[in-house]
Amino acid sequence: MNRIGRALARTQATSLARRLALAVLVALAALLAFAGSAFAGAIVPESGGSPNADHIATLYKLILVVAVVIFIGVEGCLIYSLFKFRARKGAVAAQIRGNTRLEVGWTVGAALILVVLAVFTFALLPSIRNPPNSGPAGLQLATGTLVASGPPKKLPPNGKSLNICVNGQQYIWRFTYAADCSNAPLNSPFSYQQMVVPVDTTVTLDINAQDVAHSWWIPKLGGKFDAIPGYTNHTWFKIPAKYAGTIFTGQCAELCGRNHANMTAQVRAVTPAEYERWLDQRKQDIKAADDAAAKERSQLQQQQTP
Amino acid sequence: MAATTTEVTTTTTAPVPQIVARRVEPERKGWTSWVTTTDHKRIGIMYLVLTFVFFILGGTEALLMRLQLSQADNTLLDPKTYNELFTMHGTTMIFLFVVPIMAGFGNYFVPLMIGARDMAYPKLNALSFWLLVAGGLVFYGSVFFNPPECGWTCYPTLSEAQYLPNGGVDAWIFLIHLTGLSSLVGAINFYATIANMRAPGMGWGRLPLFVWAILVYSILLILALPVIAGAVTMLLTDRHFGTHFFDPSNGGSPLLWQHLFWFFGHPEVYIMVLPGFGIISEVLPVFARKPIFGYKAIAASTVLIAFLGLLVWAHHMFATPSPTFVLIFFMLGSFLIAVPTGVKIFNWVATLWRGTVEFKTALLFCVGFIGTFLIGGITGVFLAVFPVDWQLTDTYFVVAHLHYVLMGGAVFGVFAGIYYWFPKITGRLMSEGLGKLSFWLMLVGFQVTFLIQHSMGLDGMPRRIYEYADVGHLELYNMISTIGSFILAAGVLVTAINVLRSLKHGPVAGPDPWKANTLEWFTTSPPPVNNFDVVPRIRSVEPMKDIRRQIARQTAGAGEAPPAPAPESAVRA
Repeated sequence: MNRIGRALARTQATSLARRLALAVLVALAALLAFAGSAFAGAIVPESGGSPNADHIATLYKLILVVAVVIFIGVEGCLIYSLFKFRARKGAVAAQIRGNTRLEVGWTVGAALILVVLAVFTFALLPSIRNPPNSGPAGLQLATGTLVASGPPKKLPPNGKSLNICVNGQQYIWRFTYAADCSNAPLNSPFSYQQMVVPVDTTVTLDINAQDVAHSWWIPKLGGKFDAIPGYTNHTWFKIPAKYAGTIFTGQCAELCGRNHANMTAQVRAVTPAEYERWLDQRKQDIKAADDAAAKERSQLQQQQTP
Repeated sequence: MAATTTEVTTTTTAPVPQIVARRVEPERKGWTSWVTTTDHKRIGIMYLVLTFVFFILGGTEALLMRLQLSQADNTLLDPKTYNELFTMHGTTMIFLFVVPIMAGFGNYFVPLMIGARDMAYPKLNALSFWLLVAGGLVFYGSVFFNPPECGWTCYPTLSEAQYLPNGGVDAWIFLIHLTGLSSLVGAINFYATIANMRAPGMGWGRLPLFVWAILVYSILLILALPVIAGAVTMLLTDRHFGTHFFDPSNGGSPLLWQHLFWFFGHPEVYIMVLPGFGIISEVLPVFARKPIFGYKAIAASTVLIAFLGLLVWAHHMFATPSPTFVLIFFMLGSFLIAVPTGVKIFNWVATLWRGTVEFKTALLFCVGFIGTFLIGGITGVFLAVFPVDWQLTDTYFVVAHLHYVLMGGAVFGVFAGIYYWFPKITGRLMSEGLGKLSFWLMLVGFQVTFLIQHSMGLDGMPRRIYEYADVGHLELYNMISTIGSFILAAGVLVTAINVLRSLKHGPVAGPDPWKANTLEWFTTSPPPVNNFDVVPRIRSVEPMKDIRRQIARQTAGAGEAPPAPAPESAVRA
């Protein structure tokens, strides 16, 4: 009698569990199908502007699937046991102190899940960490100009990338368009707040700060990289050609003082031709401003020495 | 004080320890008796009351921040005030609430649970408490001048005198020094008490799990606190005495601070949450009417979590310039912690399994803890994967994660402890109706406040910003979160009212209202100054169950007999 009842309960429980598992899988499939578009910025990180951001989002989704299964499983067991085993008249609590096999089982199980997550991470890590070559529609980088060099920075396989120096300061970002940030020529083109980059080109960033710590972050172009005074941090992005004309926004992500909230950044993606035009224009503007300043300086000197 | 006997019955010839009192001090009355007390129970009560006051203060600061963020581009608070508020909020909740309230519970209940008559060093115990008071005063004193505005992490170079010259950062440094000393002295005291003053028969395998948690909490404090004490001292000398430890323009390193801070800061997370785990492990079996499932696994996982917790600090620094190898090491280390943490959660659920669960408020808070902490644990795995962390770190996703772990975890544990132990401390029961109302308000309020913050972070909102533009759904998300925070606050308020009301009007509890398992329920409620007249010999993890069974056996026939203890083979199913 008792045995039959228990067996019955077991089959009911297993069919219930099977149905639940099926429902979870269907829900997850639906979720993943939508996750790319509808839920970006709600349950998955933003992506779409660069392969590293896309691969981070993919990795995140893989973890999310595992997480949802674990969440439903454990919360389900918790709520089930609360309702099933609530105190009733005549109910006697089973005096169980443990079960070595079960305990070893779930310890190993938990460890295995983490092995799976580690495998996911190692599989996707190279495509997130290592920059690819620029595409055919990108800026044609001749060897020797605007090419970053030297380890420990990660470079594309062919060694060519467009390098930009990112400098955080209270409360604005300064971008210098130079290959070697520690020895950038004084007349290197620069801009504040908005970085202009060519599409389909691998852009490597050398990130540092001149006063307090900041953190470089354009969500759609990949993760955060802290700008810490005295250190240089590195990251990269490569914007697909279809995004020419798009502005990607972000803001400083490390507390840097009272106006931390107002330290925004933009990356404007343009075609390579437009980029070169823009860069020439910047160079001319800066030269004109320098010349004007030099003129004024010499005039002032003449006034002071009669 | 109470021992005033001078005559000794000399029926035995063996030397009997004697207490000879030449003079009896009259017992102090009124407030001076609290200031001068060395009784662990009174010190415990003062800890609990003081830290709860700080909890209310820290909560008020949080509500002000939520009000500011409820609207995009809000101008309610200026950026300086906002930065001060989140610095005060974080520092208060960590250093003046969660860590010391665990010391409060520990103070009151560790001696009672192990059958001791006081802590090992009662005067040091009083010193611990008064150092905490001093730390709180110094820190909150800055409210009248310039509160710190560098966040609870106070990263240089922002916290250097060049960028924040006013005294707020110094007040913060002295708070760390004073509360750190307080915790360090207290930790040594706990360790000495637990190591030396256990009741006869209470081996390490029969130590209550809450006491295990306080033991490990103490060891972590002893290992981690000297590091932060050194780091803030270096910051102090940087600020005022011309050193350049963290100043890159003179050869120093801001990253050095981050390493030192998180070498303390990550164990600090476990310092806050492990005693919460301990409370859960005590309360669940009582209301499931079942022994804790896997006692050894829970005790061992506490130790393992603490050990691993000392080796993962740089997962707070994944976005700093670090070699991939270092990132991988700290990712895998953080993964490892998920195993013992998962084991604990499975054991708790298994404790409920096939029990007879009584839905008292204390149990509800335990269940709320498990359900909520699980989410914090899962989001922790996301953050441990460093490429994913690059997107999530320093956003509201992290704010959500840390509140799921600390508020949903440690604070729900604290509330379970309040409802469970209030009858022991005061001799009166709290209202179950108000308690359940408080629980549901807090649970719903908490989820509404913090679940949506994951989405804010994924939508690109960094933490510690005083205003934001209304892009995406940020304003909607923030409004939901603000509404939730006020529901949560209402829940806390209901418990505060419940405490005050039950002090006078609660039903008298008697020594053991829950039919609990551990030794604190052996003595009267509230316990007398000396705790126990007789300390029973301990024969299992559940001494009170043994005592009740023995009484039932001796008075067999009178009243209902308990079920016969199952043979050992059947027990180990």
